[in-house]
Amino acid sequence: MTPTRVKSRLEHIMNNSAKIEELRHFLARTGPSLERPALSLGVAEADRVLGGGIAPGALHEVYAQDWAAGGFAACLAILAAGSAFDGKGGPLFWVRSDYEALEYGALHAQGLRELGGRPETLFLIRTANAAEALAAASDILACAPVGALLLELSGMPRALDLVASRKLNFAANLSGVTAIVLREGAQAMPSAAQTRWQVSTAPSPGMDDWGLPSFRAELVRNRLGPTGNWQLTWNPDDGIFREPAHGVTAPHPGRVAAALFDRPAEEKRRIAF
Amino acid sequence: MWLPRFSTDRLKRKDASLSEGAPLVVAGRAGNALHVQALDVRAHRLGLYKGQPLANARAMVQALTIIPADDRHDLKLLEQIAEWCDRFTPYVAADPPDGLILDITGAAHLFGGEAAMLTHVTQKIEAQGFTVQAAMAGTASAARALAKFAPGHIAAPGAQAEALARLPVAALGVEDKIIAALRRAGLKNIGQVAQRQRGELAARFGKSFVTALEILLGQHDQPVSPRRPLPDLMAEQRFAEPIVAEGAIAASLLALAQSLSSVLEQRGLGLRRLGASFFRADGQVRRLDLKLGGASRDAARLMRLLHEKLDALADPLDAGFGFDVIRLEAMLTERTEAAITSFDSNENAKREIQYLADRLSVRHGEARVLRFVAQDTHIPEAQSAAIPAQARDFASQSQWSPRRQAGDPPLRPLRLFEKPEEVSAIAAVPDGPPLRFRWRRAPFEVMHAEGPERIAMEWWENQKPTRDYFRVETREGQRFWLYRDGLYDQSGLAPRWYMHGVFA
Repeated sequence: MTPTRVKSRLEHIMNNSAKIEELRHFLARTGPSLERPALSLGVAEADRVLGGGIAPGALHEVYAQDWAAGGFAACLAILAAGSAFDGKGGPLFWVRSDYEALEYGALHAQGLRELGGRPETLFLIRTANAAEALAAASDILACAPVGALLLELSGMPRALDLVASRKLNFAANLSGVTAIVLREGAQAMPSAAQTRWQVSTAPSPGMDDWGLPSFRAELVRNRLGPTGNWQLTWNPDDGIFREPAHGVTAPHPGRVAAALFDRPAEEKRRIAF
Repeated sequence: MWLPRFSTDRLKRKDASLSEGAPLVVAGRAGNALHVQALDVRAHRLGLYKGQPLANARAMVQALTIIPADDRHDLKLLEQIAEWCDRFTPYVAADPPDGLILDITGAAHLFGGEAAMLTHVTQKIEAQGFTVQAAMAGTASAARALAKFAPGHIAAPGAQAEALARLPVAALGVEDKIIAALRRAGLKNIGQVAQRQRGELAARFGKSFVTALEILLGQHDQPVSPRRPLPDLMAEQRFAEPIVAEGAIAASLLALAQSLSSVLEQRGLGLRRLGASFFRADGQVRRLDLKLGGASRDAARLMRLLHEKLDALADPLDAGFGFDVIRLEAMLTERTEAAITSFDSNENAKREIQYLADRLSVRHGEARVLRFVAQDTHIPEAQSAAIPAQARDFASQSQWSPRRQAGDPPLRPLRLFEKPEEVSAIAAVPDGPPLRFRWRRAPFEVMHAEGPERIAMEWWENQKPTRDYFRVETREGQRFWLYRDGLYDQSGLAPRWYMHGVFA
């Protein structure tokens, strides 16, 4: 090889590597982080729209439309932090203010276990107001070993504005911790969230098979692609969503309550579970 | 240290006019009679004495300023002086009514020896307007006796008995009756008493007298309880000029944290609780208490926690005229293995989570960062206890088992109201599930219901009615946990219904 050919070859490689470097920067700036696999919801259609599932290391907003819809955010947090069955993942940090405990009920660890979560790795941070909750959230998002953050903010707190949500999204991006913001009694407002869900509870499909958490989840905003509207049923046994079993009339496998009739009170009543 | 004119000095500090004019006497009440409880130097020169009936004192000196005693304020001030004395040594005890005990073991060399420390401390207290007599000895009671009867004396180790021997019997600190009896027996000083057979003394004056004598002579030890728990280790920095600047305070804190952590490292210890004391030049002391979830001796980490704490203070640290002493105290230490960077990423992750919990606890208060522990009970609201994350070590193994069986829906709600809320409900049959109910002014129509799951209170709480729980689903699909309080027979025709939780 002549020296000039070597030189031109080297320049070529250098040019290419500069280009690759540029591409990398471009991807880092715009695209989702490549090494973090998306968290599959378990429903093929929803996963396809979301590009594989919920993006980790990003901010996701859940607007609960009724009392029970907040459970959807808990399900997402279990999905992100790791459920009791896979044994992986990090601790779940749940941040809420004192007001939310009064208005929406205190967190019940046994209830989280019933949903398939891991109460032994649950941290509850109760703050006095929304501003403190946001401060705690940004501390938590800076810590990479955290499994997931669930930030519960009800109403329209002044501290939560576009800047605050950008900061949260940025912190989540840096550390790779998934942040779920649960908004109750609130109207949608501009934010930097990756996805936004309007969720209300859905009636159980069948008379027999009722009681599993099922939601009417509307993806009203998705930074990466189209939006959608699905009915999702949470399966506490494997910590993932599934489509509701429509039209299935097979008998419910669990034990069912005996029909009530008038009995003498002395007779020991069977508990129906 | 003895402040012989403590009460009167206190009054004079408050009201300078008392220093002039008539001699000052503080009158106390014993039984039903007033007597002289404290008196100033002028009254003392006129021949008045402590314990004298007030009427006698009045008869002797017509022009007397008499002020009623205020023991509560005296004690408060004594505590404040003790707090202030903390800058000399952490082991300070107030010795009411008018004394202070400082254990200066290992502290004297910081002031250039015992004699220099004694003059330093007395000068500082005199500068505040108190008459003070101080002495040093091997035991607290010996030092007390020397301070009262031979102020300024420093009893060398081993020479304590000699130093005490020359003191009058009054220095024994026992009842006046016994002292009078000792004098009558010709025993004028402690040395003479100490030479007597113990048996003789016990027969005459009782066993407690002998014990008091032996404690004084250093043959028995009597513990002194310090005002604050003693730190295991401490590091402090004194400043020739009080410091005010934030940067200077931070730099000195960092230096202290580093020196503390190096000592901890040598001993293989880690911190669980850190105290920081800031002694202001005007006598105010500000203390901070820092708890850590796991033992640590990382100076940088301690610094960050301290700064968090300082930032989060409701009333910020006010330097005033400056701090002249800053001290870090290791209040609670425990043995830890050497801090090596583990290759086990699991271990590192655990440590980082611990650190995060510490920082959140410091900023928001430890009662606000909670973890859950399963309780062995079937009462729903008592089943999971939320306790501060720093309170103890938590098992990483799950103690929680689901109540439902595979395939079943959740049997316990995700959110449980701390106080169940009463709803008005209509049921088809008296002990059946509700058909519709009203909660928070909104009507709900029940589509599905399952129950009752009867939960009776524990037998020792059998006054409380049993509860029949129903899982209900409304027309819109919201799932709630309702219960009827009491059995139908007991609660009569209008049973009370309560909303206890919301399922996901």
